[in-house]
Amino acid sequence: MSAQGVDVEGVSFGYGATRVLEDVSLSIRKGEFFAFLGPSGSGKTTLLRLIAGFGTPDRGRILIGGRDMTRTPPWSRNVGLVFQNYALWPHMTVAQNVAFGLERRRVPRAERDRRVRAALDMVGLAHLIDRRPAQLSGGQQQRVAIARTLAIEPEVLLLDEPLSNLDAALRAGVRQELVELQRRLGLTTILVTHDQEEANAAADRMAVLDGGRVLQMGTPTELYDRPANRFVASFLGTANLIDGTVEGGVFRAGGITLALREPATPGRATLALRPQAIRLHRDASGGALAARVLRTEFLGGHVRYTLELQEGQQLTTEEVHLRGRDPLAPGGGVQLEIDPQQVSIL
Amino acid sequence: MSATASRPWGARLRIEASASQVAAAAIVAAFLLAFLVVPVGRVFLTAFAAAEGGFTLVHFADFFRTSLFIESFWNSLYVAGMSVIFASLLAVPLAVILARYRFPGSALIAVLGVLPLVMPPFVGAVAMQLIFGRNGTVNLLLMDWFDVRLDLMEGLNGVIFVQSLHYFPFILMNLSASLSNIDVSMEEAGQNLGARGATLLRTIVLPLALPGYLAGASLVFVKVFDDLATPLLLNVTNMLAPQAYLRVTSVGLGDPMGYVISVILVVVSVAAMAASALLLRGRDYATSQRGGGGLSQRRMTPAGRIMAWCFVVPALLLVLAPHAGILLLSLATIWSFSPLPDGFTLAHYATVLRETPQFLTNTLLFCGIAAFIDVVLGVVIAWLVHRTRLPGRALLDLVAMSALAVPGLVLGIGILRTYFDVHLPGGDSLATSWIMLTIVLAVRRLPYALRAATAALRQVHRSLEEAAENLGAGSATTLARIVVPLMAGGLAAAFVTSFATAAVELSATLVLVTRDVDAPLSYGIYIYMQSAAGRGPGAALGVIAVVVVAICTWAAHAFAERERRRRSRTVEPRGAA
Repeated sequence: MSAQGVDVEGVSFGYGATRVLEDVSLSIRKGEFFAFLGPSGSGKTTLLRLIAGFGTPDRGRILIGGRDMTRTPPWSRNVGLVFQNYALWPHMTVAQNVAFGLERRRVPRAERDRRVRAALDMVGLAHLIDRRPAQLSGGQQQRVAIARTLAIEPEVLLLDEPLSNLDAALRAGVRQELVELQRRLGLTTILVTHDQEEANAAADRMAVLDGGRVLQMGTPTELYDRPANRFVASFLGTANLIDGTVEGGVFRAGGITLALREPATPGRATLALRPQAIRLHRDASGGALAARVLRTEFLGGHVRYTLELQEGQQLTTEEVHLRGRDPLAPGGGVQLEIDPQQVSIL
Repeated sequence: MSATASRPWGARLRIEASASQVAAAAIVAAFLLAFLVVPVGRVFLTAFAAAEGGFTLVHFADFFRTSLFIESFWNSLYVAGMSVIFASLLAVPLAVILARYRFPGSALIAVLGVLPLVMPPFVGAVAMQLIFGRNGTVNLLLMDWFDVRLDLMEGLNGVIFVQSLHYFPFILMNLSASLSNIDVSMEEAGQNLGARGATLLRTIVLPLALPGYLAGASLVFVKVFDDLATPLLLNVTNMLAPQAYLRVTSVGLGDPMGYVISVILVVVSVAAMAASALLLRGRDYATSQRGGGGLSQRRMTPAGRIMAWCFVVPALLLVLAPHAGILLLSLATIWSFSPLPDGFTLAHYATVLRETPQFLTNTLLFCGIAAFIDVVLGVVIAWLVHRTRLPGRALLDLVAMSALAVPGLVLGIGILRTYFDVHLPGGDSLATSWIMLTIVLAVRRLPYALRAATAALRQVHRSLEEAAENLGAGSATTLARIVVPLMAGGLAAAFVTSFATAAVELSATLVLVTRDVDAPLSYGIYIYMQSAAGRGPGAALGVIAVVVVAICTWAAHAFAERERRRRSRTVEPRGAA
């Protein structure tokens, strides 16, 4: 069943003997902001390029708006790709760059000028219309690249690491602008990134890729709260991964015994424990488990502790920092409690 | 930048250089002054000097009143312009095929790009006449079969034909380098927005490659415009360079016309280079980005492949013609009014090796010394420019590179004018001695060596030197122990390039050599080719020259390649990821 945005069906792709994508399937809904999240080498950019038509899958199909585009060449797809390095043509002015796609589509002159201006207005750069790319700052170049893509009114907008060439200070602002623009236009958008914060903040849904496979797909909170495997759990935020066994609804590992709230299949299992699932008790009576502080890192808003249980199991946890509450000193003892509501079994 | 600006005036005005740096710069400057600046300056002064002293334009007025000179001027422009056009017709398709397509004949194209360069055009000129001339192979066959005759080698046509075939690799190499430097995302962005095929080529790819094309084309224009030897060998004298040569050698050193023509040669050359630089201004399209690959090479359609072969094979045959011709001529008993020689012999090789072995030994000696001087000067200048804060270092670089814009003929005339009356202990003139010839060869080829040395030095990351300095090595020790060894591959390539190009220099050589015993290979070829009987031995010398240059070119390539491989194995220090 097609989601009418972008459908990737069982796509495999490789260069010679190197496998890059292995049986990837996902459905992106019309108007959705979707993210491909993964480390470098995970195949996320290759997947994006296949959707744009740069390369043909060895197996599988790619549908755009419900139509099979697997073998359609890039120039006939109407899929807008914003390149990581922007790929602005240095021999053309900003206006010429933006007008290029419209010329290819034989848009009449007057209409073309109007749309060039409208696209540049949208990114707030109409005053730079006669500059050349080399005369623009990095942030401006990126806006021109986006305007160039939006001018053709693409069916799908593809963004390849759009923020990676920007200063850290600019990133959050540009990200918000991108999201606002996408919401306003209702444009199906795919963002490729290795930065979980970027994906979390921008995307309606996302897919985590590693080693050429989709490991999990869902909304950012779903993926964070219920990671399907070790990779997703540790790639999205901090997680303590504890190997143990499940028996009769109880997880056991080292000194930890935890009654699970959700049904779990008995046998060997891994417990994923977010730092905020661990509550610290400074007075000796409150907690259920005794631990020793191995390492203390003061991070400003909160303090990160590495703790060691009596049985040798190490855990990372965080505590909100408040004035007047000094961080625990390494070597000291502490009691802790695990909130069974906040854990997941992988 | 800000550090410079905030330093007090006193510190900025202080000469930031050590005594050894100043001494090195002074020696280099003296050399350039004595053998480049002063001689060329003398040419200009003489052109503008009245007989009774003082400034005058009367010689230029004479020039523009003489119909032969006017004709020569237009002929030179015409020949240079047409050579660029024909060289482009040959080079542009080859470059596009080479850079953009996976084509099984790509190796052939690469060979095509080198073959002409290993043979100086004047060597091939005579062979070309035997193949394409009035009574050459091609026309004899055409007359037999179709009763038509092509005037390929008549007058200016011959010069254009020979020069285009020789110089098209300059355009081919510059253009294909600049085509393959275009970041693939430039092209993909075009495809993403709906462009393909010819549109993509016209709107994105070719405009981005334009700088490379212009660089090559202007070089071809200048080289052809200034060339003396090829027109002379083809008996074309109604062009500027031959006119200047004839005035100076037949009318005499005192005749101002030779100098006037020299000035015009230099001005037009510089103007052509400046025009291309002006056109290129603001078009430094360095589009390769980190992680970005070059232009993607695509599969050819079967029809495209057939078309490519139909272009490449005739081009190869054409380019090989002078080589084949000179080889046949060197082995021919008699070759006249027949498509092929009547018989074959090795006698011509025996003749040149027995009677005139000095041509070969002189070339090895003169060009060896000249290339050595070039490498030393090249390293010193590159080091002064890029590693010291010596005032005036950029000027040193500029002067050394300006030798490129000075035609050999002009430098030769200037040297004659400046040093003719300086005598060696034996009574001979310094200007016509082999020492001066060697120095002139060194000056003319210095730009190549300097460029190679600069490129090699740029490859040596500053931190490698700083590490040596940090461990206690002084600047001389660092240069000798760290920098030069790391540059070694590049310098070896520079040496053989200087040597090979000096070995086939003929413009300045023609002006300066007066005796056969002091003459190098190129002069020997010229002398032999003057008579019908000498063509065989001349061709034999030509083949020897081609072999020498081919070996050197191969060696330079091998050095550069080894260096590239060595470098790709070591991890280079990088800035931001």
